[in-house]
Amino acid sequence: MAKITYIEHNGKHHTLDVASELTVMEGAIQNNIPGIDADCGGACACATCHVYVDEKWFKKLPKIESAEEDMLDMAYEPNKYSRLGCQITVTDDLDGLVVKMPSKQG
Amino acid sequence: MIKTDVVIIGAGPVGLFVVQQLGLIGLKAEVVDNLDKIGGQCIELYPDKPIYDIPAVPECTGKTLTENLLEQIKPFKTNFHLNERVQEISKEQKNWKVSTSGKKTFLTPNIIIAAGVGSFEPRKFSIKEAEKFENNGVFYSIKDKTYFKNKKICIFGGGDSALDWAIELSKIASEVTLVHRRDEFRGAEHSAKVARELEKEGKLKIKTPFQIKSIEGDNKITGITINTEEGKIEKISLDCVLGFFGLIMKLGPIAEWGLNLEKKTIPVNTENFQTNKEGIFAIGDICNYPGKLKLILSGFHEGALAARACFKLARPNEKYRFEFTTTSKTLHERLGVKKSN
Repeated sequence: MAKITYIEHNGKHHTLDVASELTVMEGAIQNNIPGIDADCGGACACATCHVYVDEKWFKKLPKIESAEEDMLDMAYEPNKYSRLGCQITVTDDLDGLVVKMPSKQG
Repeated sequence: MIKTDVVIIGAGPVGLFVVQQLGLIGLKAEVVDNLDKIGGQCIELYPDKPIYDIPAVPECTGKTLTENLLEQIKPFKTNFHLNERVQEISKEQKNWKVSTSGKKTFLTPNIIIAAGVGSFEPRKFSIKEAEKFENNGVFYSIKDKTYFKNKKICIFGGGDSALDWAIELSKIASEVTLVHRRDEFRGAEHSAKVARELEKEGKLKIKTPFQIKSIEGDNKITGITINTEEGKIEKISLDCVLGFFGLIMKLGPIAEWGLNLEKKTIPVNTENFQTNKEGIFAIGDICNYPGKLKLILSGFHEGALAARACFKLARPNEKYRFEFTTTSKTLHERLGVKKSN
């Protein structure tokens, strides 16, 4: 379990407990957090669960794989802290993680 | 005007299988899809990724699944209307009138929406000016490449479309610049190599890791500004900008049809998968009911039940008879199966 803070583009914070083994995307979808679409349902195939990971946390995440990097090419306004929420699996180590959502997903 | 028993919106696996279920009970369907090919997400998003949870198929790719479904519906000789999006529907006595972006109209008692998460549309530039210049200097697809002859153009993207068009247009355009947000291209290795060679020969400019910052021009595009995350800025004067960022799914006109919606899904009853409108059904990923699973196999079941409900509206004076494909002569005739004895 980890406490994760999702920040909407308009600045609204949502902090919630997300069970280990879920993904950051699933944590948002299951709790109706706006700003993450997840059109493909978590197959790393649509780039609509795009988040900007807080700078401090970005380096602590497992390394990005090429399939995810490829999908990020299609994401809306990606930057160097961009990740796909469906590719970040929650563990106890991620307690305190902060992610921001882009202005839209596409 | 095309008269039919059922119009199916969406040529994904669920839309294809419901053609078979309708065909077995003697109903004719017409299928409309906004993509240029049959298969929906299976073909567009993951043609080569293996799927492991199709009943009795231990493993198959999205492409194989689509091919097998097409084989399965062959006997029903179905018309597909590709590259067309259903725009409007209206009630005409007991039928629905369905009009598409390709100016086709259908008259049908039943509509089955098997549209997944919506129709596939090109992903666009995020900056506002791009909208103003769309189709007048900003493009997301190429219909006629000769339009770009002797023009100065800039292509954005890192996949096959961006690479292939950069290579192709470098032969006829006066200047081509390929811009991508990172140094690696995800398109075919060979194409990336060809692009790098063209760059060395001075036939193609490559700018990485840049993204678009602004588009300049009043009535006509005159140039663009690109930047890196580190703040490096460059200006390019040009005539056209092309963006190839893949496709995204948009619910689109479906939201305007007076159907109840829950987020981007359509609530249905689980008896026949009808929506809040009589004769309009929703199956597959787009439908929503307690316990809904977004699995292809669930869509198959939903389609089988919706098909039977369509029968009642398409053949109000006939009685529906439940039959098995193993034994029914009628079904064998519809399937074109020859008798073995």
